[in-house]
Amino acid sequence: MAAATTIPPESSRLALKPNAGDRALVGATTLATVIILAMLVIVLADVVIGGSHVLSWEFLTQAPTDGMTKGGIFPAIFGTVALTFLMTIVAVPAGVATAVYLTEYAPPDSRLARAIRVCIANLAGVPSIVFGLFGLGFFIATVGRAIDVAAYGGQPTYAKPSLIWAALTLAILTLPVVVVSTEEALRAVPRELRDGSLALGATKFQTVTRVVLPQALGGILTGGILAVSRGAGEVAPIMFTGAAYFLPYLPTHLNDQFMNLGYHVYVLATQSPDVDKTKPLLYGTVLVLLLLTFVLNLAAIAVRARFRRRLLQA
Amino acid sequence: MASITTSVPVVERKQTRSLRRTTRWVERVAEGLVVGVSLVSIASVLLILVFVGKEALPILTSAKVHQEVTFGALFGSYGSAGYAWQPVSEVPKYSILPLFVGTLKVTFVALAVSVPLSVAAAVYVAEFAPRRLREYVKPAIELLAGIPSVVVGFFALIVLATWVQRVFGTEHRLNSLVAGFGLAFAVCPVVFSISEDALRSVPDAYRSAALALGSTRSQTLLRVLLPAAMPGIAASIVLGFGRAIGETMIVLLASGNAAILDASLEHSTRTVTATIAQELGEVVVGSPHYHVLFALGALLFLCTLGVNLVGERVVFGMRKRLGGR
Repeated sequence: MAAATTIPPESSRLALKPNAGDRALVGATTLATVIILAMLVIVLADVVIGGSHVLSWEFLTQAPTDGMTKGGIFPAIFGTVALTFLMTIVAVPAGVATAVYLTEYAPPDSRLARAIRVCIANLAGVPSIVFGLFGLGFFIATVGRAIDVAAYGGQPTYAKPSLIWAALTLAILTLPVVVVSTEEALRAVPRELRDGSLALGATKFQTVTRVVLPQALGGILTGGILAVSRGAGEVAPIMFTGAAYFLPYLPTHLNDQFMNLGYHVYVLATQSPDVDKTKPLLYGTVLVLLLLTFVLNLAAIAVRARFRRRLLQA
Repeated sequence: MASITTSVPVVERKQTRSLRRTTRWVERVAEGLVVGVSLVSIASVLLILVFVGKEALPILTSAKVHQEVTFGALFGSYGSAGYAWQPVSEVPKYSILPLFVGTLKVTFVALAVSVPLSVAAAVYVAEFAPRRLREYVKPAIELLAGIPSVVVGFFALIVLATWVQRVFGTEHRLNSLVAGFGLAFAVCPVVFSISEDALRSVPDAYRSAALALGSTRSQTLLRVLLPAAMPGIAASIVLGFGRAIGETMIVLLASGNAAILDASLEHSTRTVTATIAQELGEVVVGSPHYHVLFALGALLFLCTLGVNLVGERVVFGMRKRLGGR
């Protein structure tokens, strides 16, 4: 008691009022947050300022000319869209099915489900360049060669860099994005809806396809959009599996090579003999790529927020 | 939904039986399909291991490859040339030491920049920021991860390199510092996002108890919250490290790509990933050089696999706690 009375009464109030140490801490952490946000803003601002005056209808619809110092980037846009489209129709169904298995079908404490989760987590951590090596070693040198031997008499038709192999490589790379997003959405669907459906006599599959999946549509959509955004921006996995510097024609077959926005940026930035001449085109290409991926990311955030709110209300 | 609320139609007995059989058949096929497709993820990891490993293996087994390079030689030096990576010179030299040192140098710079920044930002967003602000700041920082790495690499090459040269007065325009700063753009969102989750998963009772005992906010943070969140923060750094050593396009564009073995951050450097990206396109398939590049990829894959297994284990436990709250 004697010790307690020696403490001046103000000390307890000091603890509640922010002192110098607290202020410094809040200030320093605020500054760190501002710096990271500034990194985002600076990149965006630089690309928008550098690229916006290059954007024009001609730039978006014409092919490059004069050794890539003039003209547009239409083949690169076309190639990127074709690539991500093929990737999406593989990655989204596979990812959704995996998420459905993990949340709806796998028994609790299932070993298989755990193995799948570990693999998904690791797949997300594999460096993108290793996906490139894998695509070359597996899809082109093994699957492609097997197809050629079986159907084309050994003529190199599919055993070469192609749209389809690049798309499949990217599909594996983006699979974890779809799975994680879909799984999160499936978990958010209330148990009562499943129980209600089953109690009304619906089978498991009917419950999944008509009750659970429609409720989780927002998460699936988010995952799909994020996967497209990721796939559209990746360069390392497609360098050896299908992307080309320059093609005078658009890809029309699965085994055609293709031009790609990200790869085009890399080529313009490193292989150009005259950097100052290509710089405007480079900025324009980066802006288009950024618009494509960034707008998709924003859309994913918006969709997710909207569906979360709706789920909360329901 | 509508199909469930409608009343069940009365059906004849015979019809019911066949309906039941079809239903059961559909159920079984559907479940089989779902299970089968979800095996794709396991198959992918195994196939990556097998097929990258298969092309890397001749470095250990093939006599033809051994005429030019052995596994031991990858880590050795080449006489007067020292630890040299010159795979296309007259006497090809395959010392991978400068490449791994290059990767570590840029990774070191990236982590030195992004860990303090990201953990501090995580503290702000998790502990100090008003709730409304947090809802905007977190997704905004995570948007950084949505910028394609080739765009960040381009920005580092054109803009950052000029700034770094002006501030640090470096001799070469492209060097470990530029590449490391560029990498920080990719590492920050990883470290931030997981650290913030780690801080938020600390039970509120800890905060209340510390404050009730008369601690200031800084004492609460430094002595209670950060220690409690430490496993998660450590995991975020480990995963950030994994992200940094595996990143390709940023270092390929911003590091200068000279395979020199030294400790200076101001010299051009060449990483493992950039080497593969730059040389695989021109290499003769099946040549010793080709197999060495796959061996590099396999080593890189094993490194990131180990790093991610450790990091994911911690994060998984943490997220579980966070979800249960």
